Amino acid sequence: MAFGPYLLLALMEGMVKAAVLALTAVGLSLVFGVMRVVNVAHGAFFMLGAVLAWVVAQYVPGPPVFGWLAALVIAPLVVATIAATADQLILKRLNYDPEATIVATIGLLYILEQAALSLFGPDAKPVAAPFTLKLQLPWFGYSGYKLFVIIAAVAILLAVWWFMTRTRAGLVMRATQVDRQTARAFGINVDRVYAGVFALGAGLAAVAAVLLVPISQAHYLMGGDPLLLSFIVVIIGGLGSLRGTLVAALIIGLSDGVISMFYSPTLAKIIATAAVAMVLVFRPQGLFGAKS
Amino acid sequence: MMTKDRNAMTPSRRAVLAGMGAGLLATTGLVRPVMAQGAPIKLGFQLHATGIGASYGRWYQRTADAAAKVINDMGGIAGRPVELVYEDDGTDPKRGAEVVDKLATQHGCDVILGTLFSHVVIGSAPRAGELKIPYLVCSEGFHVASGMLNRWTLQPGITDVRSQIASMAPWVAANLGKKITMIFPDFAFGHDHRDFFTAAMAAQGGEVIAQIAIPPTETSFTQYFPQVPAETEVIYHVMVGPAVLTFVKELGEFYGDKAPKLFGFIDSLEATDIATPGLEFLEGSHFWEAHNRAKPADAGEHEAAYRAAVGVDDNGASLADPADVATYSHMFSTWETLFFIKKAMEASGYTGPADRQKLVETMEGISDLPYGIERPQGAKMFNGKTHQAFGTQNISQVQGGKLVRVHQTSMADGAYDDAVDYTTMSF
Repeated sequence: MAFGPYLLLALMEGMVKAAVLALTAVGLSLVFGVMRVVNVAHGAFFMLGAVLAWVVAQYVPGPPVFGWLAALVIAPLVVATIAATADQLILKRLNYDPEATIVATIGLLYILEQAALSLFGPDAKPVAAPFTLKLQLPWFGYSGYKLFVIIAAVAILLAVWWFMTRTRAGLVMRATQVDRQTARAFGINVDRVYAGVFALGAGLAAVAAVLLVPISQAHYLMGGDPLLLSFIVVIIGGLGSLRGTLVAALIIGLSDGVISMFYSPTLAKIIATAAVAMVLVFRPQGLFGAKS
Repeated sequence: MMTKDRNAMTPSRRAVLAGMGAGLLATTGLVRPVMAQGAPIKLGFQLHATGIGASYGRWYQRTADAAAKVINDMGGIAGRPVELVYEDDGTDPKRGAEVVDKLATQHGCDVILGTLFSHVVIGSAPRAGELKIPYLVCSEGFHVASGMLNRWTLQPGITDVRSQIASMAPWVAANLGKKITMIFPDFAFGHDHRDFFTAAMAAQGGEVIAQIAIPPTETSFTQYFPQVPAETEVIYHVMVGPAVLTFVKELGEFYGDKAPKLFGFIDSLEATDIATPGLEFLEGSHFWEAHNRAKPADAGEHEAAYRAAVGVDDNGASLADPADVATYSHMFSTWETLFFIKKAMEASGYTGPADRQKLVETMEGISDLPYGIERPQGAKMFNGKTHQAFGTQNISQVQGGKLVRVHQTSMADGAYDDAVDYTTMSF
């Protein structure tokens, strides 16, 4: 393959990766930003979203787009409910202590994974894409749905930004993020905000999963990779910074796409991990994080 | 939004509790007796119940349970009932060794069997050797016959990759093309494919022009396809694990209708319906199968009884759920291994763990394994020196969304010179 098409494919793959990263990391970043909770179960919520998308698609007759749209509504709601429950049952009782919540969310990760294994089985389950469109370029073919994922990711990130900056609920969340005590003094029910943020973060992971499951498969162990990559993105971007998350996702996604294609995917992972180490050493607050 | 969350709390708390309960069951509920009467023979099964091998594990358990039932209905082994003890190894080599330990010492099993993934076999076999317990694997890897393992490790229920490849390479070279690009997982099993297929093609006057190794946990594959040289005539693919469907779909998207010919190992699609949307481009491509998923018109006389016993229909899916496709091409190995144990135990007059060495010596003396309900995949020859079984292979073509057998190799096609003589090693 000539250099031009090669680079085009690398950039397309890189953009898809960036979209995937931004979508999965935004929920993690939100939860950390507002609650200061490192949610290790984030990948499990992602997995749950994908598995539920498969379940919903099984029960909705007609063309695949119906099942997929139903999943896009139902899966995030169910996952958000589970997350809010977990927050009330577990995290609240630990007083959101940073170390205790890490251990608790690791436990939650295992519970969710094993529950998915027991209830849905070990096979990778395909979910049909809502539409089939193949771009046949002269040098290679490409899935039109993958390009749709990029557009959808932009739309969702804009929606999250709008929600956080232009709505009352977003204002309350940002107030809690800045100072929990003062927010409480102003009559904000911090417990409810936390439950809501945790649910929103998990719901966003589930939305990302429903978008992505047609180009991968629903599988009970699929949460591991997104979790790791989300952490990489969130650390480089700055914990709690949505803008940083987006920029880091673009950097990591595009560089991963290009390096994977021209050199090797393993090298791309090595460089991403090394970048995290460098950021932690030289700029621990991340590219856009506030110094605490 | 927040009130909604609160309202929804009661039912979802139950859901989480149910999930927790299920999680507990998954971790503790794997040990179960099949039948208990008299003094049973306990066979420990190292099961990939979780991890990347879980699709296989589930069907291996069903097949082994079915075989144990048939054996018990026949009167057990030398009149004693057979009891299977399952332990999950997480498809993880480290845990595999611990499972061997647990099955041998805690459960007091007579023999251990059933492991598929080669890295788990390689991680567990040394511990089986230390504990001096027969370890009968179903992994296809060349690591048994290469001499890498030990006298306690045998593979009587399935042929190895080297033999599979030796018997098929001539057909690939003669019918598909001579310029091959290989795509394989980057661990022992994939390396066996790489080494032996490259050598076998060279012997046929063909050439492997590119070897693309993919890390076993990879989930995205388009990035590897530009490495396939344009002059490739045949892509040889053998992938394992939960991402195989993505691999095949992305291959189809990348090439469209301009693809080189495809020759795959069915491992790339085990437990996956060939008629899945997105796999249409596989039509006309060829696959290796050990045991044909779709029942061939000229199937042997025991095929129907075997399918009924393991609960699989003529398309290779579960009788209970046609969407639940079996790992049909591999799972017969657990069935055949159990009958091999029966044969060897009865021939050696096995009475208990003290007779384990005698049991292995008897196994090494077995050579002829004829076709029958004991060996539904076909007749085999067991080589006691290399601890490896040899048999026939099948090449199938996807026709109308179904795998149809187009060629069957002979046992002689898969023969190669012995690389080891385990019988000269000490116990």
